[in-house]
Amino acid sequence: MSSSSEYAIEVANLTKRFGDKVVVDQLSMQVRKGEIYGFLGPNGSGKTTSIRMMCGLLTPDGGTGQTLGLDILSQAADIKREVGYMTQRFGLYSDLSIRENLDFVARVYAMDQRKQRVNTALERLGLVARQQQLAGSLSGGWKQRLALAAALLHQPQLLLLDEPTAGVDPQARRDFWEQIHQLATEGITILVSTHYMDEAERCHRLSYIAYGRLLATGTPQELIEQSGLQTWTVSGAALSELSKQLLALSAVDMHTQFGNALHISGKDPQALAQALQPFQIAYPHYQWSEGQPTLEDVFIYLMQQATDNFQTAGKT
Amino acid sequence: MSWRRLWAMMLKEFIQLRRDRLTFAMMVGIPIMQLLMFGYAINTDPKHLNTVLVVYDQGRLTRSLAQALQNSGYFQIVNNDANAQVAADMLANGEAQFVLTIPANFERDLIRGGYPSLLLEADAADPAATGNAIASLQSLIQSALRHDLNGALGYLAPPTHSFELRIHRLYNPEGITQYNIVPGLMGVILTMTMIMMTALGITREVEQGTMENLLATPIKPLEVMIGKIAPYILIGYVQVAVILLMARILFNVPFVGSLGLLLFSVMVFIFANLTIGITISSTVRNQTQAMQMSFFFLLPSILLSGFMFPFRGMPHWAQIIGEVLPNTHFLRLVRGIMLKGNGWQEAWPHLLPLCVFILVVLLIGIKKFRKTLD
Repeated sequence: MSSSSEYAIEVANLTKRFGDKVVVDQLSMQVRKGEIYGFLGPNGSGKTTSIRMMCGLLTPDGGTGQTLGLDILSQAADIKREVGYMTQRFGLYSDLSIRENLDFVARVYAMDQRKQRVNTALERLGLVARQQQLAGSLSGGWKQRLALAAALLHQPQLLLLDEPTAGVDPQARRDFWEQIHQLATEGITILVSTHYMDEAERCHRLSYIAYGRLLATGTPQELIEQSGLQTWTVSGAALSELSKQLLALSAVDMHTQFGNALHISGKDPQALAQALQPFQIAYPHYQWSEGQPTLEDVFIYLMQQATDNFQTAGKT
Repeated sequence: MSWRRLWAMMLKEFIQLRRDRLTFAMMVGIPIMQLLMFGYAINTDPKHLNTVLVVYDQGRLTRSLAQALQNSGYFQIVNNDANAQVAADMLANGEAQFVLTIPANFERDLIRGGYPSLLLEADAADPAATGNAIASLQSLIQSALRHDLNGALGYLAPPTHSFELRIHRLYNPEGITQYNIVPGLMGVILTMTMIMMTALGITREVEQGTMENLLATPIKPLEVMIGKIAPYILIGYVQVAVILLMARILFNVPFVGSLGLLLFSVMVFIFANLTIGITISSTVRNQTQAMQMSFFFLLPSILLSGFMFPFRGMPHWAQIIGEVLPNTHFLRLVRGIMLKGNGWQEAWPHLLPLCVFILVVLLIGIKKFRKTLD
C-alpha cells in the first residue's frame, strides 16, 4: 500500500452507465487523507454509484482512479480489504445476533484474534449485555451504530458512509457525528454522503453532485463564496403574498421559504438591493436583513442551475 | 478461493437456518408429508369399485358371475338387483363405477347356443380408474362360466387356449404403486426444496441489502454462492435419508441396487437443481418472483418427468421436453437402482445428460449472476 500520496481518494473522469443512462458523468474529485469529506446531491444524482466505484464494488465504464493508492480498475479486491463501507440500507443480518454479525464480518476479513476484536467492538459499542439480541430487533440508531462498528472492525484507513443517518433520530445523529469526528482525529479518512445541511456543515470539505455531474466543491465557506449569491432574509408572519411578488423580480434568482422567514437570493447584490428597496418601504413591519446565503440556499441554487442546464442540454 | 471465508459463509447460513424454524421444519416435513400422501393415498390400480347388477335372469350362472366378480377384488357389488333406471342414475352420480346387465333368458339362450350378450357399462370418465378392472373382466367371466358349464354342457365352455402366455411382471410383480411412486418422490422432493431454497436464499440477500454489504468485503461472488448452497446439499441428503428410511419401514420398497451409486446420483442431481436455483435467483428481482419461477420449473418436473404419468405415453414433443429435465433422468436412475439393481453400466447414460445440464445451466447462471452484481 502506497501511503506517499496526499489523497485517500483520487478519481478523474469517472463515468458509469446503466443501459444508455449515464449515472455518473466524468466525475473528478480528491479526498485528502484524514479529512471528513461530504458528498451531497439530490436522490438519484449518482452518489451511491460513485461511492461503489471508489470502493471497488462497481467497475467504472470510463475514467481512472485510486483509492488508498490502489487502482480502482485493477486492484478492486485489495481496496475492499482496506476500506470500510457502510451501505445506505442496513446491510447486516437481522436474523443473526449482534455478536454473530460481528463474528461473521471478522471471519470474512480473516482476522486474527477474532474473539478479542469482537469483544472490544462490543465494549466500545456498549452492547456487551445485549450481544445475544438479534440485530433486527435494534432501533434505527443502534442498527446504524452496529453497522459502523462492523465497518470499522478490520481497522480500515478509509470509511465510506452512504447516507448513514437516514431514518435516525436527532440525538443518535449527533452522537454519530461526534464519533465520526473522533475517528477523523485518529487519522481515518471519511467520505460521507448525506441530505442533511447541518451534517454538510460538519464536513471539512464538500462536493455537490447532480445528474451524475460534479457541480461544486470546496469547504462549506468556499462554496458559499463561490456561489456569488447575496441573500436577504425577510422575517415576519404571513409571507406568502410578499413571496409571490418578490419572485417576479428579475434580480431575484432564487427564494427559499422557511416557516417565518424568506430567503431572497440574487447573483447581483446591487440589483437585488435596488429591487427590494420599494418592498422594504411598503412592508416595514417585516424585518429585512442582508447577508450571506446558507449552504442550503447555495445547494438549492446549484440544483436549479443544474436542472436548467440539463434541460437545455437535453433539447439540443 | 479462501476456505476461511467459505466457512464463514456456511456457518452464517447454518445459524440462519437454525433460527428459521419454519423453513427447517418444512424441509424435513415436506418429504414426510408427501411420502405419506403419495405412498398411502395414491393407487393407480384401484380395487373394490362399486358395481351394480341389473338382473333379468335369476339363474345359477348369474349367481356364479356375481360371485366371480366379487372374488376378483376389482368389483364390489353394492346392489345385486337394481332396475335399469336406478343403475343408470347411480352411474351418473358416481355412486357406482360399473353396471352389469344380465339379459332375460341369458342362461337359456346360452345353453341353446344363442350367443347372448352381457352388457358392462363403466364410468370411463377417468380411464385410469376403471381400466384395469375392465381388462380383467373377459378372462374373469370365462373362467367363471367354465366352472359351471361342465358335463353335458361342456361343449359350451369357452375354449381354452392352445398355447400358454406367461407374463413375468419384472421388478414389481405385484404391481404395487408405492414401489414406483416412493423412489420417484425423491426426485420431486429434491427438485422442489433444492431449487426453491437456493433461489430464495440468494434473492433474499439481494432483496434485504445484505448482498451489497457482502460484496464490499473481500469475499468473492463464487465464495458467496458456494457458501450459500453447500448447507443445502447436506439438507438434500437428510431428505434422501428420510425418504429411504420411510420407503423401507412404511412401504417395504425393495432396494436391490448399490447405495453408493444412488448417493452419487443424488449428488449430481442436487447440483443440477442448485444451478437452476442460482440461475433463477439471478433473473428475478424479489423473493416472490423467485418462488413463482421455482414453481414454473417444478410443474413440468412433476408432470413431464414420468413421475406421475408414464413417460412413453406422452406425445413426442412432451418427451423431448421431458428429456431435458433433470428429474426425468434422476427418476430413471433412482428407480433403476432401487428396483432393478442397475449398476454403473446402466446408470451412466442417465448421469451424462445430468452433467451436460449442469454445465450449460451453470454457465448461464454465472454469467447472469455477474451481471446482477454490476
